[in-house]
Amino acid sequence: MTPNEELTINIEKRPEMTVISPQGDIDLSRAPGFRTNIAEVFSEKPAKVAVDLSGVPYMDSSGVATLVEGMQLANRSGTVFVLVALQERVKSIFEIARLDTVFKIVDELTQAEEV
Amino acid sequence: MSEKAPDLTLQLQSKPKLLSSVRSMILSLTQRVGFDEIECGHIALAIDEALANVIRHGYEQRDDEPIHIGVWILNEDRPGIRIMIEDEADQIDPDSIKGRDLEDVKPGGLGVHIMKEIMDFCRFERRKQEKGMRVIMEKYINPEHVSGTKEPHSPQAT
Repeated sequence: MTPNEELTINIEKRPEMTVISPQGDIDLSRAPGFRTNIAEVFSEKPAKVAVDLSGVPYMDSSGVATLVEGMQLANRSGTVFVLVALQERVKSIFEIARLDTVFKIVDELTQAEEV
Repeated sequence: MSEKAPDLTLQLQSKPKLLSSVRSMILSLTQRVGFDEIECGHIALAIDEALANVIRHGYEQRDDEPIHIGVWILNEDRPGIRIMIEDEADQIDPDSIKGRDLEDVKPGGLGVHIMKEIMDFCRFERRKQEKGMRVIMEKYINPEHVSGTKEPHSPQAT
């Protein structure tokens, strides 16, 4: 667990994918720590990265920007990048930004294994 | 143009870690005004984006600059809420403040789009001092019942 203000980020390396699980709001004050964690995960060139957002009740555009950066890193390295279990408020910002069709988004972590 | 004083004023320093406290306050206030849960979350997001823009672009991440927030609870024919956020940063052309093209997927540039998408009215303008910009946003409880244009009863420029 990596303390980051009130955001805690768990990184679990599974055989089939690396799972990043932030817990807490992701806003301007917490996005930089989240960005660092995502960059660290991609530096190890995993085949698949799943970001489990079930523990994130709120995200602003700086959190979304961090995930867009993650997607770009994934595209460059050929990594599969999946967002999992978006809460309603988080889902709605993706819809407002019209990014809900750009990301691979699934409801449960087990579904990310199939992507 | 209304000259009514805000129902609530708040001055904070440009510290990102204060954003969560402002969100909590706005969530509580909008619930009391009568917005549903989704709208409350959206309004808090729009305010959060406006404050983040001030911190990031106006003050270039300096965390000891002033931000002024005024909130009016709108009644009568347009029940809802008006929020005015003012800074003391360098002034820019309000027309230059735009969201990015959403088809061009890249990090950043979403804040203004989110504000305009969520709120029924959103206008950037220069303050009538040497320094500072302001954004005025309004959200109505039943926008489908609002007739006429989206011109707000904006507070007097200060």
